[in-house]
Amino acid sequence: MSLTNQQKNQHLLWRAAFGPMAENVNELGDVSQKKLYKILEKTSSKKPDELNVASNAFDGLMKGVQDLGQMQKLTQDQKKQLRKQSVDDIKNLNLAWLNEMINSEAQLREKMSLFWHGHFASRVLNIYFQQQLLNVIRENALGNFGDLLREVSKSPSMLSFLNNQQNRKQHPNENFAREVMELFTMGRGNYTETDIREAARAYTGWGFNVKGEFVERPFLHDNGNKTFLGKTGNFDGDDIIDIILEQKATAKFITAKIYKYFVNDEVDNEKVEKLSEKFYRDNYNLQKLMNEIFLSDWFYEEKNIGTRIKSPVELIVGVRRLIPMQLEKPESQLLFQRVLGQILFYPPNVAGWPGGKNWIDSSALMFRMRLAQILTNAEAFLIKPKDDDDTMMGMEGVDKNPKANQLQVTVDWDSVLKVFDKTSREDLSQKVNDIVLQTKDSVNPNVLKRYVDNTSREGFIKSTIIELMSTPEYQLC
Amino acid sequence: MLFKRKEFLQIGSLASASLMMPKFLKAFEKKAAVPPGNKVMVVLQFSGGNDGLNTVIPMRNDIYYKSRPKLGIQKEQALQLTDEAGLNPALPFFKDLFDEGSLGIMNNVGYPNPDHSHFRSMDIWQSASDSNQYVTSGWLGRYLDAQCDGCGKPTQALEIDDVLSLALKGENLKGLALQDPKKLYSSSNERYFKEINASHDHEEAAVDYLYKTLSETLSSADYIYEQSRRHPSSQTYPATELGRNLKTICSLILSDINTKVYYVSLGSFDTHVNQENQQKRLFTELNDAINAFVKDLKSNSRFEDVAIMTFSEFGRRVAQNASGGTDHGTANNMFFIGGGLKQKGLLNPMSDLNDLNQGDLKYSVDFKSVYATMLHNWLDADDEKILGKKYGIMNFV
Repeated sequence: MSLTNQQKNQHLLWRAAFGPMAENVNELGDVSQKKLYKILEKTSSKKPDELNVASNAFDGLMKGVQDLGQMQKLTQDQKKQLRKQSVDDIKNLNLAWLNEMINSEAQLREKMSLFWHGHFASRVLNIYFQQQLLNVIRENALGNFGDLLREVSKSPSMLSFLNNQQNRKQHPNENFAREVMELFTMGRGNYTETDIREAARAYTGWGFNVKGEFVERPFLHDNGNKTFLGKTGNFDGDDIIDIILEQKATAKFITAKIYKYFVNDEVDNEKVEKLSEKFYRDNYNLQKLMNEIFLSDWFYEEKNIGTRIKSPVELIVGVRRLIPMQLEKPESQLLFQRVLGQILFYPPNVAGWPGGKNWIDSSALMFRMRLAQILTNAEAFLIKPKDDDDTMMGMEGVDKNPKANQLQVTVDWDSVLKVFDKTSREDLSQKVNDIVLQTKDSVNPNVLKRYVDNTSREGFIKSTIIELMSTPEYQLC
Repeated sequence: MLFKRKEFLQIGSLASASLMMPKFLKAFEKKAAVPPGNKVMVVLQFSGGNDGLNTVIPMRNDIYYKSRPKLGIQKEQALQLTDEAGLNPALPFFKDLFDEGSLGIMNNVGYPNPDHSHFRSMDIWQSASDSNQYVTSGWLGRYLDAQCDGCGKPTQALEIDDVLSLALKGENLKGLALQDPKKLYSSSNERYFKEINASHDHEEAAVDYLYKTLSETLSSADYIYEQSRRHPSSQTYPATELGRNLKTICSLILSDINTKVYYVSLGSFDTHVNQENQQKRLFTELNDAINAFVKDLKSNSRFEDVAIMTFSEFGRRVAQNASGGTDHGTANNMFFIGGGLKQKGLLNPMSDLNDLNQGDLKYSVDFKSVYATMLHNWLDADDEKILGKKYGIMNFV
């Protein structure tokens, strides 16, 4: 069976965006992939509005700290209050960004940003730092990789997460230099331990001040000669980044990771080689690289469609795009993220979320298969996530004996039903299936038939969507 | 000898044959229905960084009392184990275990270049990685990979929780998390899930992987539930979360289930503030739950086959802080409880408080060496394959 235009467009929307929306799913039958992609490119080309959720309380306290000049002068209680406020604000940042993923027109940019959020993974509990890093990522997500790398490397979030504040001439700390090379740019096998030590020396003195601004502290910096990847000189951090960007290994590492994330877990070496050569020639222009991928014919080959396991965030956002809804307590989405193993701003470590099959174990899969029912309020749920000592700081954070939760939610079913206005009853089943699932094969229609609500057209559409979202197939895009 | 699937099947059929035996014969049969020598490990995680120095107290150490003028536990309050070591007063049952020879204490366990972040350090303990390595599988998950190739059900390692820890995620196989057998059974016992699972026919690898997980989950849920009902425990457990969880574990240990590893957590031990009360509350929960669990195992003659191992992602600073608590530290002690320990009591010297690194203990036993010992000696597994390296094997089990 050859693929329909609709399927190909949905494929593009699942990979370059967060899946189709109810309001535009019917337009996908006629428009070409090229045209649809051009729309995505255009809507993502504007500079994003910065997300700023730091509460007045945090701002006030932080300003106080800055006036005092140092954290040390805060009392224990003030420190505790500051940390708690910061953790709360990070929750708000999480929800604000999730909202962008669901509703923003700039879908390609937000999707790319989610990719970089896992690539430049930082787990710090300072709302200013997290917010600044996210905004750097969103601004540069489709820009120049070199600029993005440089800005991330100079962000207080990354400098503090990777201990470069402690990297001093007398006591070099190699953590930052190591991860920049191993995880952010070239990957293992393209440098030696000596290169790491020498790069660490060049990064000595890179840090941030009490206002969270990048500073080079000259008397902590090692001014001696360093030999890094075959070059010798009195290098500083920027020189090291320049040399890293000169390496073709960097272009290749980034291209392969992008290919895995956006196209297929199984890397096609020949294609990645070609893409990365061009990426290098184009001076690390990310927009051009993404255009190359999404405008190619091979991206739309059958083996690339419906074969990728959605991350928890993609899953939640995807449901909410197809079924518009208002959540009374949006924070329940944090609980879903925790149970499913992906909390924004809390990557497991600097290597980010491993993804793929790592998302799936018995309990995660069972919860994933209930998510649509829970979100559309068809089902109450009782689940207790693990404590998180990083954010709870010894306080009892969760109710030890939780009652079953039922979401308070208003689902805009009318928008969903409108999609099927012109569909005849006998075509309904197939049409719902084509819109909801990306996999080649679907659920056995005879089984489905026994579980859907046949009492009304409306009930039939709703229940078919929910039943199809409650399948292993729906976990894939 | 590791527990082979073949043996399990034989035992399974024996058990069903026993249903047709006369009643008086069945009474004799009861103990033999339990697979003899089926060694079980229970890992008990103290989340949040338990303060080891106030758990096993160096009662004769001046530095300890000088560093902790308020928090230090006085010799008179501590439960004396040896001349130099005492136990936290909230752990009287652990003292009983120590006296009868069912408790081992490994002091000063840690790893090189320790990390002070909860999450990262827990990651390191659960994945058994070096502190500059990022490994996406856990040590018990890799145990499943090594032992359980071709096992039909992922029930060899169970976590009593709603969410599966990294420790139980392997490269290919993963353990199963359940809050309790009944809840798992009722949540997976949806006809819809069963029917789509039964009717599925996919060739594509990714879908197939998901259906395989679904199918294993559904059959495991039935299996676990059925097993858990076979030997309902008559022992009274405290009405705490750990009490309930250990009761669940015991009912499974007493069944014919093929589970080798159970994983359960207690917390939070992150005692920056007001440590004394918080640690006391958690230790009381621990003490009472372990007490019931050990009684239950003993009365069913299974205590010899079970080894409980406790750990925490790090210990705490030697010195107390200004808020009646302690901050994140490094090396820590681990408990081993069971009727089959080869060495008991203090297994090695206590931490040297004279030799600190910026106020933190310097570890003397790598935790991976402890893992290697449990894998090799207790679970009869290939520790080198699982841990990626040969670590020294000790003799305590």
